[in-house]
Amino acid sequence: MLFLIIKRILLGLITLFIVSLITFVGTEILPGDACTTYLERQAFGEQLEACYRRLGLNVPAYERYVSWAVNAIQGDFGYSLSGEMPIKEVLGPRIKNSLVLASAAIFIGIPIALILGIVTALWRDKLPDVAISTVTIFAMTIPEFISATLLILIIAIWLEWLPGIVIVPTDVSFFELLPNIILPVIAIAMIMTAHMARMVRSSVIQVMASEYVQMAILKGVPYWKMVFKHVLPNALLPAINVVALTIAWLLGGVVVTEVVFNYPGLGRLVIESISNRDLPTVQALAIILASIYVSINLLADLMTLMLNPRLKTLQIRK
Amino acid sequence: MTEIIQKVKNLSIGFKSKKGEEILILRNISTNIKKGETVGIVGESGSGKSTLALAMMGYVKHGLYTIGGECEFNSSNLLKMKNRDLEKIRGRKIAMIPQNAGQALTPNLKIGYQIDEALQLHSDLKEEEREQKISELLNKVRLPSPETIALRYPHELSGGQQQRVAVAMALAGTPDLLLLDEPTTGLDVTTQAHVLELLNFIAKDTGTSMVYVSHDLGAIAQVSDRIIVMYSGEIVLEGPSRDILKKPIHPYTYGLLKSIPKLSLAGLPQSMPGSQPQPGTMHRGCSFFDRCDFSEEKCKNNSPQLEYLEELNTSVRCFNYKSLMNDSQVNQTVNKIKTSLQDKEILNLSEVSISYAKQKLLDQVLNRISDDNPTVKDININIKKGETIALVGESGSGKSTILKSIAGLLRTKGGIIKFDQNRNLSSDLKERNPNDLRIIQLIFQNPDESLNPNHTVEEIIAQPLKLYFGLKGEELKKNIIDLLQKVRLGEFYMSRYPRQLSGGEKQRVAVARAFAAKPDIILCDEVTSALDVSVQAAVLNLLQQLKEDFGTTYIFVSHDLAVVRAISDRVAVLYQGRLCEVGPSKDVYQFPSHPYTEVLLGAVLEPDPDIKPKLVAEDIVEEKPPQKGCSFQGRCSRILGDICKNEVPPWQITNSGNSIRCHIPLKELQKDQVN
Repeated sequence: MLFLIIKRILLGLITLFIVSLITFVGTEILPGDACTTYLERQAFGEQLEACYRRLGLNVPAYERYVSWAVNAIQGDFGYSLSGEMPIKEVLGPRIKNSLVLASAAIFIGIPIALILGIVTALWRDKLPDVAISTVTIFAMTIPEFISATLLILIIAIWLEWLPGIVIVPTDVSFFELLPNIILPVIAIAMIMTAHMARMVRSSVIQVMASEYVQMAILKGVPYWKMVFKHVLPNALLPAINVVALTIAWLLGGVVVTEVVFNYPGLGRLVIESISNRDLPTVQALAIILASIYVSINLLADLMTLMLNPRLKTLQIRK
Repeated sequence: MTEIIQKVKNLSIGFKSKKGEEILILRNISTNIKKGETVGIVGESGSGKSTLALAMMGYVKHGLYTIGGECEFNSSNLLKMKNRDLEKIRGRKIAMIPQNAGQALTPNLKIGYQIDEALQLHSDLKEEEREQKISELLNKVRLPSPETIALRYPHELSGGQQQRVAVAMALAGTPDLLLLDEPTTGLDVTTQAHVLELLNFIAKDTGTSMVYVSHDLGAIAQVSDRIIVMYSGEIVLEGPSRDILKKPIHPYTYGLLKSIPKLSLAGLPQSMPGSQPQPGTMHRGCSFFDRCDFSEEKCKNNSPQLEYLEELNTSVRCFNYKSLMNDSQVNQTVNKIKTSLQDKEILNLSEVSISYAKQKLLDQVLNRISDDNPTVKDININIKKGETIALVGESGSGKSTILKSIAGLLRTKGGIIKFDQNRNLSSDLKERNPNDLRIIQLIFQNPDESLNPNHTVEEIIAQPLKLYFGLKGEELKKNIIDLLQKVRLGEFYMSRYPRQLSGGEKQRVAVARAFAAKPDIILCDEVTSALDVSVQAAVLNLLQQLKEDFGTTYIFVSHDLAVVRAISDRVAVLYQGRLCEVGPSKDVYQFPSHPYTEVLLGAVLEPDPDIKPKLVAEDIVEEKPPQKGCSFQGRCSRILGDICKNEVPPWQITNSGNSIRCHIPLKELQKDQVN
């Protein structure tokens, strides 16, 4: 068991290493660099040389990668080019803001998805299923930037209930942020919830058709006891991985939504630093997003391992 | 008259087709189950027997609905009852023992909890009393150390143990009626015999009525007092079990009994033509008309009614049953198999061992397999051209593993597989050249999985022809038609997809595909076990005919010892991946000498109430072969002592050329058979 966990963590680290390598190589291959962007038309001769020296871009690429990686492991991603301040400091509040957004979406989305999925599966082909399924399929097909724009149009502009665009400083306190995040959370949660609800539904339906559920019915187990004891534990186990994937996939949604709402989070920073050619920040962001992705999947795998008696004993026996 | 506990009246169950037609799965079924009796319901897959058993619990599967009729229990109709009331009957008054206990036990709940749940629902016992009762029940179904079993999860038990747990769970509510849906299908022969014996004991001990549903007449013969034979959703014959098995007066039952291979008879049984009609295709006339040897003109348009014959206490659905009444017994005629054995060695396995152990890194680098106790070890077999050799044994005996190695799907750990005295086939697929691949072909157990569902029959058979012989165009087509005719399928089958074929037809296509490569050796892995009995005989006859025509050699793997008896020249008995006995089928079956062969053959169930299985050894499941000594030491009832535990037994050869691997002297092994 322990061996397996260590193995998974190692694999995750290797993935991160590869991601860092790819982003590094990617930024190297792109035409132009930080200095040419920064100096614009003055990017030639003495000035360019000086800039290279100042930023340490005059040493070979692999040396730069090694020194960058060593620092990155210690949490130091170097200096942001555009703001001329440590990336660490740029990232801190952004991460917090995005975390607030994403976790709000997750904590609202997962329970709703579970309930919807279970309800639609248990009342399969009946009115609740048909109604909810129609809505979820509809929600799944609308991309975030459209649903976000629609939300702004209806709730912020027509009804004037909530602010449509977030105009707050990056390091705002949590409570000041709160009214601003309602619409972005809805926009993100909608598509994610719909996806998860569909997954949960099919998983529950599959288990309901299994022989052991038929056996439980024939044993005289009352319906709701059967649902909670025999169906759900078995149906939700495979759903854990799906939920993890959906959360990881939500990262992409966060980027788009943050831009639409002008929300000061990681996602907007990604877009900003790409358009400013702030390559050190882009690298740092790629690594951070990748580590979130890897650790969510790792967490899901471990959870399945812990909860599934079949896998657990198999490992112990070995 | 004894009390009737379940009354089925004019029951019809069916579904609506896409066109809105009503398609019947059960047609107008009426029968009574009496207190304390065991009723066997026999039929092929699709005959509606499971649907009937489930209806007796008031359960109709998703998608089906009751069209008419009643299932009356305690004078109330179960099919109209509310779920809340049914919960009080299910498990308490009527309990089910499912076909596949491995699938029917909830995977995330411990065995103890699942039995406790039934006790909580159906008894007033307090917690400590329930705990004791769980142990009692597990003891009753003869599971070792009940306390530890109760704490296990279903997947930690073997198939036989799971089935016993399912029995214990059903007994928890002390039901008046037990429904058993193929409870022993999928278990090993020895386990099956033990479970049946347990069920018989429980029936006597508790006085519970049982309804035993199975396709296996052998199992039915062992347990039931009365038999109901179903065909295409109808009861065609119902009566006392001895009469039905000895003097079947319905043509279907008659044909069915004739097509089952028996241990005592060498040679292939006669096959029944055709297959059961699909639900919804029958409109008028007798549903068995196409396949019946006794049919007349009137059978075509008029369907016979179930007629009760007072003097025989039997109901029969046939216009012509009288002509069968005189044909007193099923005198089984068998087609003797011609041996096309030639005195030329075609395949030689010497000292072959195969391991499933994962390679360690060092071994991977050195390209070797180190495992001192491999799954299969010391296999020495000489196979002659034109021979049919069968590998038999319980699951885990390594019989399929050996096939895989011969086919090249698994590489051997040691030893040599030699083809035609000079070609070495010990390597796996990657290292074999196309011709080495062509000479050995496989036919799999389940044609549903071995035929590509997106290819037509033509494409399926064309593949080996293109691959090995590079045939094209007209010539290719001619060859395909030829092959189809050889397996008795018409030219019009070419454009069909596997899903449009019946089980027997699919297996014929698989046979044609194997023969398309013009192989020297065909490996048959449980080729008939997915087929219905009446179809099985036809496929066996076909295989035999093709072998005589082409001079092919068969290596035949089956768990069905009667089938092996019917088709094979020689048998190799395997236990835990080690050979126990190799010899001519005739001798092995007549005088089983090795203690394991005795156990195995003793457990075979015959469709005859007078032949009871002999239970010699315990049905323990061993996970791994013993490190040293005889492979069968753990279960052998004739164990001699330390010598069996420490030394691998030597080969002893009898006069008839039978090799036996045992420490007990030949004379003593053979002396036993006289008694």
